[in-house]
Amino acid sequence: MAKVIVVTSGKGGVGKTTTSAAIATGLALRGFKTVIIDFDVGLRNVDLIMGCERRVVFDFINVINGDAKLHQALIKDKRVETLSILATSQTRDKDALTEEGVERIIAELAPLFDYIVCDSPAGIERGAHLAMYFADEAIVVANAEVSSVRDADRMIGLLTSKSRRAEQGQPMPQHLLLTRYDAERVERGEMLKVEDVQEILAVPLLGVVPECPSVLQASNVGMPVVLDDKSPAGKAYLDAVGRILGEETEIVIPRVARRGFIDRLLGRTA
Amino acid sequence: MSLMNLFRRSPRGTADAARERLQILLSHERAELNSPDFLPQLQRDILNVIRKYVEIDDQRVQVKLDSDRNFSVLEVNIELPSDGERRFPPAP
Repeated sequence: MAKVIVVTSGKGGVGKTTTSAAIATGLALRGFKTVIIDFDVGLRNVDLIMGCERRVVFDFINVINGDAKLHQALIKDKRVETLSILATSQTRDKDALTEEGVERIIAELAPLFDYIVCDSPAGIERGAHLAMYFADEAIVVANAEVSSVRDADRMIGLLTSKSRRAEQGQPMPQHLLLTRYDAERVERGEMLKVEDVQEILAVPLLGVVPECPSVLQASNVGMPVVLDDKSPAGKAYLDAVGRILGEETEIVIPRVARRGFIDRLLGRTA
Repeated sequence: MSLMNLFRRSPRGTADAARERLQILLSHERAELNSPDFLPQLQRDILNVIRKYVEIDDQRVQVKLDSDRNFSVLEVNIELPSDGERRFPPAP
């Protein structure tokens, strides 16, 4: 039976879809049968980040409505054999996603996969609620920035009170993933430190993904960033995948390389 | 420029302000999120009962629930208008 992981953040633009794609691909690279589901009905983007936008014929909503079979809507990734994508619909009907429908599709996917990664939309509306409701564990994505941390705190509150596990009185395991972390700005005192965010949110840290040009470049060509073996962000995501699997590797916090006295004298950057 | 920077202590960054603001804000918001759903309705009901006798602003009735591990305290704070501004509702 598959484990259901939700990737959520509350705030938009912090890197949820990038993270979902990276984590799902990372799990698949380890040999686990993994499917990534896009819950952002009306604003789908997982297909684009995964590079399969031209292969979407049927989607999640079609399957919920009984217009297509699950196997017709599942898109097999061409790079990683164990990875599948379930794109969502571009409909403007905000009632397209139903709790009963989502429950049924997850139950149908569960025997076929090891991991189901749910990419949540921003906000706390129905899509975000249903993305997390059936989850067995959650990855809360945040940037070291006030509005993102506040929204992450709110999502942590909702996960611990409004998810199915919470309603059944079971604990809801949560991990904090800090993304777009800029060590230089932290060094200059312009950005919250990892330690600050972790202390405020009080959720175990899964990893720190540095701000990195390779993320934009990977999205340009529809490639999950973990497939770029030179990318520091991709490396950080692969480490995070290891920790999801229970590996106790030390979390590397990006630091600025120390400049020597002569470099500083000459104004050279590291 | 770079020579000056060698000796200048870096100014206190804005990240400290961010941390402090978040700590204060989130301690309030967490308490609100955990408060039971009936509080706003209770507040309206109390307000309506008092309005039978005294005219009073919405803001003058505050209802708060503080939970400890063993007990909860429901704190109801009703601020009546002073004699000068007190008006009685029209006779029924």
